[in-house]
Amino acid sequence: MADTFTLIASSTAGAGGVTAFDFTSIPSTYTDLVLKWSVRQDLSAVAASDFIYINGSQTSYIGRWIEASGAGSATSYGYSGNFTYANPEGNGANSTANAFSNAEIYIPSYAGSYYKSFASINAMENNAATAYVSLGANLWSNGSAINRVTISTSATSVTGGAQKFLQYSTAYLYGVSNA
Amino acid sequence: MPKLSRVEINCTTGKQTVIELSAEEIAQAESDRLKAEQDQADREAAAATKAATKAAIAERLGLTAEELATLLS
Repeated sequence: MADTFTLIASSTAGAGGVTAFDFTSIPSTYTDLVLKWSVRQDLSAVAASDFIYINGSQTSYIGRWIEASGAGSATSYGYSGNFTYANPEGNGANSTANAFSNAEIYIPSYAGSYYKSFASINAMENNAATAYVSLGANLWSNGSAINRVTISTSATSVTGGAQKFLQYSTAYLYGVSNA
Repeated sequence: MPKLSRVEINCTTGKQTVIELSAEEIAQAESDRLKAEQDQADREAAAATKAATKAAIAERLGLTAEELATLLS
């Protein structure tokens, strides 16, 4: 049970949008990390994926998630490689106007020396049958302490791709302490 | 192509810096955009095919979509 839940840093995308929210120099003084973000991308699709990178790394990620929408039953997906599908179905430009997806990852013992596992949960907002919710289990097979977490629009670049998180997209990083 | 920028948030100092992507990053970004749009279209097409297949099976069995969903739940 958490003893304290502290906002470490937050950011809101301005008028030009951003390709990535890049939290750097994360202090090692907390027990766990919680990253929450609410975003909308300019990708020409109903849904758009967001990707998480840890410490700028593009290797050693693996995970599975289940997702469902109003259009059908749940489906399971897996991934392995150079990014994390932390928000596999966020809001794209063709979703309901002004609607943003909400996502969260919880990273326990982020400053420890074990491989880093983290849970992900997210919901897309769309006034149509195609509105996804998903739950994921993720692993970064690296024992380094986490000092950087990046939310990116690109599956191939930590700093983001041609897609942008639109204005008013937000990201919040919290530290959880157990004492 | 309009300028692309990322925001770096230093969690120790609290300073936020908007950093423009380099020319190389922008070139990669354009390639990423095309692939991302195609990947998303492929996933949506696969989901639509799956939904259509389910509907066809339900019709063949004489079930409504709701009845089939109940059986599968």
